[in-house]
Parts: sequence; C-alpha cells; structure tokens
Amino acid sequence: MSGIIDIVYAEYNYWIYVTLMMIGFYAMIAKKNLIKKIIGANIFQTAIFLFYISLSDITDGTAPILVGEHGAEHAEHAADVIYTNPVPHCLILTAIVVAVSTTAVALALIIRIYQEYGSLEEDVILAARRELQPEFSEHARQKSVAEVGEQ
Amino acid sequence: MKTLALFVVVITGAMLIYAGQDLPAFGDINSPSYQAPMTQYFIENSRTESGVTNIVTALLASYRGYDTLGETAVIFTAGMAVILLLRRRER
Amino acid sequence: MSRIQESVIIRTVVRIMVPFIQLFALYVIMHGASGPGGGFQGGVIFGAAIILYAMIYGIAEGKKKMSDALDKILASTGLTIFAATGLACIVCGGMFLQYHAVPLLPDPAKVSRYLIDLVEIGIGITVLAVMISLFFDISPPESEPEEAEE
Repeated sequence: MSGIIDIVYAEYNYWIYVTLMMIGFYAMIAKKNLIKKIIGANIFQTAIFLFYISLSDITDGTAPILVGEHGAEHAEHAADVIYTNPVPHCLILTAIVVAVSTTAVALALIIRIYQEYGSLEEDVILAARRELQPEFSEHARQKSVAEVGEQ
Repeated sequence: MKTLALFVVVITGAMLIYAGQDLPAFGDINSPSYQAPMTQYFIENSRTESGVTNIVTALLASYRGYDTLGETAVIFTAGMAVILLLRRRER
Repeated sequence: MSRIQESVIIRTVVRIMVPFIQLFALYVIMHGASGPGGGFQGGVIFGAAIILYAMIYGIAEGKKKMSDALDKILASTGLTIFAATGLACIVCGGMFLQYHAVPLLPDPAKVSRYLIDLVEIGIGITVLAVMISLFFDISPPESEPEEAEE
C-alpha cells in the first residue's frame, strides 16, 4: 500500500496535468459556445506547458542562468551548481508564442462569425448556415451523393 | 452528447495516466532528458560559444535562431491576419 | 465611459505608472542575455503598458500614442532587424545566424553576445507592435460602447 502511495507521490505532477488536460479537452468537444471552446483550448495548452516545464525540473537545481558571472560572492560555488534542464524552457517559450498567435486569430474569426450570424452558439450558426446556403444541408448532400451514385 | 464527450475524455485521461507511469519522477536528476548528451553540452558550452550567461537565451537566439525567426514570423503573421479579418469593414 | 475609467485615482496612477512599466520592459529586453528576460517577455510588457493606457483613457487616446500606421511599420521593422542580422552573418562568410562570423570585435563571444541583444530587440519590437494592434483590433469600436454589452 505504501508503495503505491510513494509511486503516486513521486509522479503527482503528471496527475495534475492529465486532470487539467481533461478539463480543457472536455470544454473543447462538449461545449457549444465558441468562446468556451477557445478557453478549453487554452487550458489544454497550459497543461502541455506545465508538463514540459515540470519535466525540466531537477531537485535542488537552480534556474539555467550561469552562476558566478556577475560578481565574486557566488563564484566559489560555480563549479558544483546544478542547473535545471534549459531545453524544455526554450521549447515552451516557442509554444507560448504560438499559443498566443492561434488564440488571437481564433478570437478574430469569432468576432467575424458573430458579426455575420449574430450568435456564438454552434447550433444556431450551423442552422443559419444551412438556411443561407442550402447546398450545405445534409439532405442536399445526400441527394447529390445519390445522383453521383446513379451515374 | 455530453455523456459521450465525458466518456471520451475519461478514456483519454486514463490512457495518459497509464502511459505516464514510465515517466521520470518529479525532480529526478537521472531523467533521460537531463542526462542526454546535448543537454549537458548546452549547459557546459553555451557560455564560451555564444557569450551569454542565460542558457535559455543562448538556445533561443543562437542554437535555435532559425526557429525563433520563424516564430517571430508566426506572431507577425497572426497580427496581420487579425488586421485583415477585422479592419476590412472600415473602408 | 465606465465608472472605472472616470476614477481620478486610477487615471492618475496609470499616467504615472506607464513610463515605469515601459522602462521595466526595456530592462527585461536588454537583460535577456544575462538574466531572466528576453524579447518576447519584454515586448509583451511594453505592449501591456500601452494597452493599460488605452483601457483607461480610451482607444482613441491610445491610438495617439501608437497609431495604426506606426504599428505596422514597427511590426515589420522588428522582423527585418532579425532577418538582417542573420543575413549579415551570411555576408561576412558564415552561415545564417552564425554570429561568430561577423568581424566587429576581436572576441567572437562578445560579437555573439551583442548580436543576440540586437536580435532580442528585433523580437521585442515585433511583439509589442503586434500585441498593441491585436488589442486595438479586437476591442469594440469607441463610438458605440454600449453595444459591446451582450
């Protein structure tokens, strides 16, 4: 029993990220509101960021900035300092910027959709779209598939 | 619909937790990503090769500079896309 | 005009704080080589200063500080600085963004350090311009502020 607790405690950070990711994933696929979908996508991305950053952590490690370059007071310890892993930090800095860009473009698209359809609910938008463009409706699509099949 | 979504999400989370059992423990110095030769190379040589003390900056601007250029282009493109989408009606 | 925008305390504090936030942003950009910081972080802080000003004093006042044309020019300038730094390395006989190749100083590590600072400045300029233009574009038009409510 204590073995299981030890295993869970050593990897509790992964449980947190999986939970966060599930929250974001659920918001993305179950919510009908487009803004809520974007919020879900952002929670999902944050879970991935935290996962990578926690992979880079080392117990008793310091930030990956070289010690002993700015003054003499810490220079004698410079040899035996443990640095955390700098590579995931760099990757996630890239990923955060891409996340900001995708969120901005998604919000701009949502504003345009709201201007066109007057709603942010997925059902309302799809219904309005079927009325405006009947060729996109399910019935018409099946009919055209049937026609192609007859030929 | 909501129960189906919940089912899919729970299955995904269970799969991830099952797969995550093999990941290194939190703060483990023996984790493969830290003991990888390139990580140790960056920590040891970034000062002499790129002249900056912040290893993350050395990685970002020097070793992965081409990627950072693309990243700047991504954010520039996002800004231009938003301008194209939203400023169209003003003219 | 909401109640927050009319508050004298908030207007005064914002007017005093904005220059200090901008100074901090410049510090973060220039300190990217030797400490925590960098072009992306500093650019976002600088953009946040202008966004804070525009939130309190209105979009029209904010656009006086950073007009749409200046925004586009700055966004392209930052990317050009970055790309030009890379191309300068090719001209001096190295590979793209191989900073050692530029014969500015006798110590190649110092050259690399200053060119990394230049690259960070380029990133910062692009990021601050894009952040401000995103805020100005996504925020509702000033003339009809009540329409934004539901």
